[in-house]
Amino acid sequence: MSLLIKNGRVIDPASGTDETLDILIEKGKIVAIKPKITANQAKTIDVSRMVVAPGFIDMHTHLREPGQEDKETIRTGSLAAARGGFTSIACMPNTMPVNDTRGVTEYIISVAKKRAVVNVFPVATVTRAQEGEELTEMADLTEAGAVAFSDDGLPVKTSEIMRHALEYSKLLDTTIIDHCEDRSLTQDGVMHEGHYSYLLGLKGMPASSEEVIVARDLILAEKADARIHIAHLSVKGAVELIREAKRKKIKVTTEVTPHHLLLNDSHLDSYDTNLKVNPPLRSEDDVGSLIRAVKEGVVDVFVTDHAPHTVDEKSVEFDSAPFGINGLETAVSLLLSGLVNKNIIPIERFIEMISTTPARILGLGNKGKIQEGADADLTILNLHKEVVVDVNTFKSKSRNNPFHGWKLKGAPAMTIVGGKIVFSA
Amino acid sequence: MKYLSQSLQGSSRREKLPFKHKHLLGIRDLTTSDIFSILDTAESLYEISTREVKKVPTLRGKTIVNLFFEPSTRTRSSFELAAKRLSADIINFNSQASSVVKGESLKDTVLNLEAMNPDAIILRHSAAGAPHFISTFCRSHVINAGDGAHEHPTQALLDAFTIRQEKKKFEDLKVVIAGDILHSRVARSNILCLNKLGAKVVLCGPPPLLPMEFKEFRVDIDFNFDRACKDADVIMMLRIQLERQQRNFFPSLREYRNLYSLTLERYRKARRNAIIMHPGPINRGVEISAEMADSANSVILKQVENGIAVRMAILYLLLGGKEGESSD
Repeated sequence: MSLLIKNGRVIDPASGTDETLDILIEKGKIVAIKPKITANQAKTIDVSRMVVAPGFIDMHTHLREPGQEDKETIRTGSLAAARGGFTSIACMPNTMPVNDTRGVTEYIISVAKKRAVVNVFPVATVTRAQEGEELTEMADLTEAGAVAFSDDGLPVKTSEIMRHALEYSKLLDTTIIDHCEDRSLTQDGVMHEGHYSYLLGLKGMPASSEEVIVARDLILAEKADARIHIAHLSVKGAVELIREAKRKKIKVTTEVTPHHLLLNDSHLDSYDTNLKVNPPLRSEDDVGSLIRAVKEGVVDVFVTDHAPHTVDEKSVEFDSAPFGINGLETAVSLLLSGLVNKNIIPIERFIEMISTTPARILGLGNKGKIQEGADADLTILNLHKEVVVDVNTFKSKSRNNPFHGWKLKGAPAMTIVGGKIVFSA
Repeated sequence: MKYLSQSLQGSSRREKLPFKHKHLLGIRDLTTSDIFSILDTAESLYEISTREVKKVPTLRGKTIVNLFFEPSTRTRSSFELAAKRLSADIINFNSQASSVVKGESLKDTVLNLEAMNPDAIILRHSAAGAPHFISTFCRSHVINAGDGAHEHPTQALLDAFTIRQEKKKFEDLKVVIAGDILHSRVARSNILCLNKLGAKVVLCGPPPLLPMEFKEFRVDIDFNFDRACKDADVIMMLRIQLERQQRNFFPSLREYRNLYSLTLERYRKARRNAIIMHPGPINRGVEISAEMADSANSVILKQVENGIAVRMAILYLLLGGKEGESSD
């Protein structure tokens, strides 16, 4: 069955396209992109006054399956992704068991094939059981379908293991993603260390805990001449380290979440556990630095760090609550509202950071672009639509999102995966 | 009410009670006028504890739960006596002998206690913000009796009461708070309270236990205790906990004692008749020498005594008002 998307403003950063065009899709691929296509057999959708973008890719999602299906499953996470405008998600390996072997990677891929409505790309761990001692069989995992490696939730423990992982990654042309946190500095920490942690009596996690590991990783990546991707950047000092590393042509990329761009540590005044996240919400000064880094191109990618937790798990004292924000269904509206509609970045740059670049980093050659022969993954946006965040309407199994009640402008209107409409507002 | 209004007449500075809070979660939420209204009320209730029959019927029929998840001698018994002297019924919840050891959550514990229709819940918990958390779903008045390293508002209020009793004012007083500032809820509540009352606060302690960010609380910081003691009107010592040394906040208790123990020699640098305070429990010979703890200018036991009057005042202001009068 073929699909014809008519009259949309097609924006494809990969080819520099920004014009009103029709797109014809057949057998899951884009077959034609030009003005005024006629195809009588095709199902036709008129998307006048909407933006047609290459499908959005969230390269940092936690799906919780296998092991914690009470929080999220591959299916519910994929439904949340589709509703949030994402056509592909890369799922982090801190499941139970962790994704450190071919068996788990293949399991995730096979469940996704049967149950998911978007593309699911597993990220495997760098070390067995995330313990930081022994490297996983990275070649075998890559062959099984792992698109990158990360001990996410934890940093790669020692400099030596990180060095060898970076060196080995060159053999496979893959990327090491690191969660940068010196755990000796963050022991028992629950929020950003600073005036507010002292005021609220909560144990702080200093900015230096992130900076120390970012610095280590950049030095090791430079020596190894390997690619490093810094996960969920959150502090000014780390922004400066990465800006300098890019100037020195170190192969570093980095990502930022909507919550680190739109919230700061002063919001924790309420002790709302939905604001407990790692890395923690930082200071106003850090937030300003992150926004500048996005404008200047120091930050490459937007991610959700979607981390679902049940209502019961979050209905506890702040110290006892798990870290994480449920982000798939609010990220696009938050970024459109907070950055694009405020003219902080243009829409093309937004699309590049949420589709083109993640596709390139993960090596997804047929995605992240609107070209003849590319996968027919498309995200259609209504930049003018006003929405109010309501966690009770989430497709995700969990509700832990601090933006409940926020009024936002701009939202996904339709999500198309492999030529199939998986979400329509 | 008859007995109470009689005792209130002693210092009748106001006709109505302007205290408009449902809960007492922290000093941060109180205005200067709220604090004075608590201190004045405490002053009028103080005398009850000196009578032969130490009881007035003011809160008769009210039920109060003492919900303590951490060990406590002073605060728990002080609240219990305060409630009893106002004729409220009070039950003591001991987390060690409760379903908490079976894994019942704080929320479920509180919801179950609330089902028994108490009027107030007094909470002591090791997690900062625990009283704020339960106040989001509680019908009862919530009183913070110490939450993690966050606040201990009744301690700060009884400290302010004691300072006023001894020094008759707050303006221009130099109050030195010394010790483990980082982990102390007593320090935080006192900083906030003394700031609102107009005293000048100087914090002192080893740098790892006294981050420079505390300057944002509008206080002075001095790492040198000898210098900090100079011209002090009030020296408030904090308990130093042994586990802090294990985490290397300072090298040894021996060195801590040498640098930060309140000794006679240091006390002599303070202003004449400076008072010595400590929220207890004290480590004799560690943060304070026995000689200083027991000296004539030590008000450590006065603080304990005043605690009852201040807690009576808080219970009275929160629970004693007419229905619907208090709101938050």
